[in-house]
Amino acid sequence: MNWLVETGYFAAAVVFILGLKRMSHPTTARSGIHWAGIAMVVATLLTFLHPQIDGRYGLMLLAIVIGGGIAWYSGKKVAMTDMPQMIAIYNGMGGGAAAAIAAVELMRMSDNPALIEQHGSLALWLGVLGAMIGAIAFSGSIVAWAKLDGRIKKAMHFPSQQLINMIVLALTVYLGVVIAAVEPSSSLVLVFFGLALLFGVLLALPIGGADMPVIISLFNALTGLAVAMEGFVLGNAAMIIAGTVVGAAGTLLTQLMAKAMNRPIRNVLFKQFGGASSGEQSEIEGSMKASDPMDAAVQLAFAERVIIVPGYGLAVAQAQHKVWEMVELLGERGVEVRFAIHPVAGRMPGHMNVLLAEAGVPYDMIADLDEINNDFETTDVTLVIGANDVVNPVAKSDPASPLYGMPILNVDQSRNVLVIKRGQGAGFSGVENHLFYLDHTHMVYGDGQKVVGDMITALKTL
Amino acid sequence: MIEGLSAVYILMLAAFVGYEVISRVPVILHTPLMSGSNFIHGIVLVGAMIALGQAETGMQQFIGFIAVLLGAGNAVGGYVVTERMLEMFKASDRNKGTGAANGINDKEAR
Repeated sequence: MNWLVETGYFAAAVVFILGLKRMSHPTTARSGIHWAGIAMVVATLLTFLHPQIDGRYGLMLLAIVIGGGIAWYSGKKVAMTDMPQMIAIYNGMGGGAAAAIAAVELMRMSDNPALIEQHGSLALWLGVLGAMIGAIAFSGSIVAWAKLDGRIKKAMHFPSQQLINMIVLALTVYLGVVIAAVEPSSSLVLVFFGLALLFGVLLALPIGGADMPVIISLFNALTGLAVAMEGFVLGNAAMIIAGTVVGAAGTLLTQLMAKAMNRPIRNVLFKQFGGASSGEQSEIEGSMKASDPMDAAVQLAFAERVIIVPGYGLAVAQAQHKVWEMVELLGERGVEVRFAIHPVAGRMPGHMNVLLAEAGVPYDMIADLDEINNDFETTDVTLVIGANDVVNPVAKSDPASPLYGMPILNVDQSRNVLVIKRGQGAGFSGVENHLFYLDHTHMVYGDGQKVVGDMITALKTL
Repeated sequence: MIEGLSAVYILMLAAFVGYEVISRVPVILHTPLMSGSNFIHGIVLVGAMIALGQAETGMQQFIGFIAVLLGAGNAVGGYVVTERMLEMFKASDRNKGTGAANGINDKEAR
């Protein structure tokens, strides 16, 4: 039976890679996840025939039904806006599973030292490393989820935070070395896991909400690595290949996100947002000018070219469907409308595209920063809905601002700017937005969905 | 069992594959893709089943049970949310066949 299982694992690994490749284009993406899904089912079913398993099939089925059932239900139910934290929690589960595998294997080695000979010392070292990474990804992902879900409100800081983190990490590594080099005793293994879990929490706690997508992506890559390392311990090629592919892909994705936000990974992890900036930030000139939905609708209806800049506020107000309805009305009048998406609009890169796709906006009406940034100059009206920091011109002009250097959409260059916003507050970063004070900017205050609804009504009467 | 050096070869090659596959992905697919790669490391479920299958003491069986539970959650949850996101992507009717004016085709040409 072994050759059947091994061949199945090999095929699954190949299909995973092909599936991931198909996911890299919108037209084939859906079939990509289907392929990978089938491979996963086949690999799981074949595992029941695995020669190393001698019993406990009932427990296995029970755990799969409970874990899979809960995940199926929550995954079907979750709103598109809450997707990032859902991905975080599923990722944490994977990290936890890798850590738990390592725990079982280390305890078996502790009870039966002959197993260490059999596995080889490389597998032991990798197993311990994977255990540590998996445990960090597990507890860190849970903190990330709690933050994005609003259960932990603020980034937490306490005195000597860096020092304490370093000490906990050093202790964890030391214990890991002792376990791998001296002896894997069960009590040491438990303390080791406790410390690794604690470090994951400490690592994620001080990180602000804006940096969270980078951290989730990083934990995703870490979980992939942990899975690959436990694959070495179990001698399972499918886990090694799939885990490493995800580890590498996740690392690249993390870099792309960090670059889009102008936040090097090092700064995300070790510097609090805004904390590093010093000196006076420049004074704001001018005042905010309020407008109403009727005027805004008229302005849009008689424009030739319009760009809509949606932000997370649009999704929170659940206004994306209304916005698409309005865009269709404008399209009937011959107005050329496009959507401009900042790389970090929403809660992670591509999140806003998902939210717009949900409302029915075709993906070829959506442009990203590089494609559209030179077109603002020739745009009659730019409508900003629920976006703030990503259109703040101080990112280009004011070196003292914590936003300085972040690539932004050049909304300030368009002929007219309309901003729909709940109130007068600052953005996610807490930095005042100079765009709102410009002469050609008008603010329409109110709930996004309601304002756009009023604009639709106004458009229909024109 | 996979021997030391060949294991390192597998690791290196797989890392290159992962890097290459992702580097050609348009930004609009980043979130579904992160979710999709999250699903793929759900293969940890297989390892969790093997660990539980080999577990001896009650404690080991308990931890193994948790491992399978979490692994199944990773795999199933990752699949469901990725599928839901990708289901929604579609091109507009007017641009079909002619190629998108400012969409994906440009990006691939780069």
